[in-house]
Amino acid sequence: MATLKELAVREDRLTGGHRMCPGCGAPIIVRQALMAVKEPVVVVSATGCLEVSTTIFPYSAWKVPFLHSAFENSAATMSGVEAAYTSLKKQGKITGDTKFIAFGGDGGTYDIGFQSLSGAMERGHDMLYICYDNQAYMNTSVQRSGATPRGASTTTEPAGKVKQGKVMTRKDLTECMVAHNIPYAAQTIVGDWRDLTKKVEKAMSIKGPKFINVLQPCQLGWGYRMDLTIELGKLAADTCFWPLYEVENGKYTLSYTPKEKKPLAEFLKPQNRFRHLFKPENQKLLEELQADVDRKWELLKKKCDCFGTEK
Amino acid sequence: MAQELGWKELPEGDALKAGTAADFHTGDWRSKRPIKDDKTCINCLFCYIYCPDSAVKVKDGKVIEIDYNYCKGCGICENVCPVKPVKAIKMVSER
Repeated sequence: MATLKELAVREDRLTGGHRMCPGCGAPIIVRQALMAVKEPVVVVSATGCLEVSTTIFPYSAWKVPFLHSAFENSAATMSGVEAAYTSLKKQGKITGDTKFIAFGGDGGTYDIGFQSLSGAMERGHDMLYICYDNQAYMNTSVQRSGATPRGASTTTEPAGKVKQGKVMTRKDLTECMVAHNIPYAAQTIVGDWRDLTKKVEKAMSIKGPKFINVLQPCQLGWGYRMDLTIELGKLAADTCFWPLYEVENGKYTLSYTPKEKKPLAEFLKPQNRFRHLFKPENQKLLEELQADVDRKWELLKKKCDCFGTEK
Repeated sequence: MAQELGWKELPEGDALKAGTAADFHTGDWRSKRPIKDDKTCINCLFCYIYCPDSAVKVKDGKVIEIDYNYCKGCGICENVCPVKPVKAIKMVSER
């Protein structure tokens, strides 16, 4: 595993001058992920904040071959690139070792791009799909998505007299990917560079379809002070709202166990989208959310226990 | 990109040259500027790895400068700086 000093020697593959919001987590994910890859890499991105803000004509912030096709098909596009590469390599027209990474936001992964992702994973293309999950359609001003957690206020499901934010619970995409029986699926976070780069590095060493789900705090959609991005990421891991784990060929491993599991409220408090949960009449909802997090955390620990891999 | 292209000169398929966003300076978005204290900086490189705008420049394992052409002034670098009791990076108002 590369240390920070070793990573710093490698070239930054995303330039500054892109138009992401100040304090955005997505470019942090991209920089760290691409730094972790030593080989030449081809990147595909689904439509979303990342694609829109990094490739505003006539500027591109990518220093690697980059391709964008549509919202729903980043995984399918990447499959095509990978298949063409494999074919050309077989014909002896190209040599070397190239890696393939597809990026997608939660809208382009959980909802709109789900079928293309599912297909690409099932066909077994040698690629890594990284989902930067900011838990709503942030690029089009915070509409709810399949990744939005219960109780979060969005513009299409705002908290008010009738509803207290989103009614349904979040889709667990990492588990969906585990169910595809792929060689590597993992969950990580903005705010733990070591964990993120380690997981990308590990994914690169494995042949076949890989998936990493990264929780990305979004200052605009979540409504917090823009310098708190890293802190909120860490809080999500410490409260077990977003556990860090990996699944290698069906084998669960916990990558991080908080020394002291913090109450969920500590993660929710700095965010405007959960502001209404702290009204006295919503006490019960807050307790339910905490119970839900606890239940999922216990379940995950049990899964890891089965393989004797809990650290 | 200095001049605007006519439709005949536009690249086919919206193909762009790599890394040209470096010509676009986002520094004027900033309302606060990070100032680094070289004396107390321990070169942990946290500000480098967490900067969303690739604005922290590192050479030989040391933070050499913050590129104000790109820094949008989010303050993540100040937040992640582990130096105590006074952080080595301070956000200072542009005015």
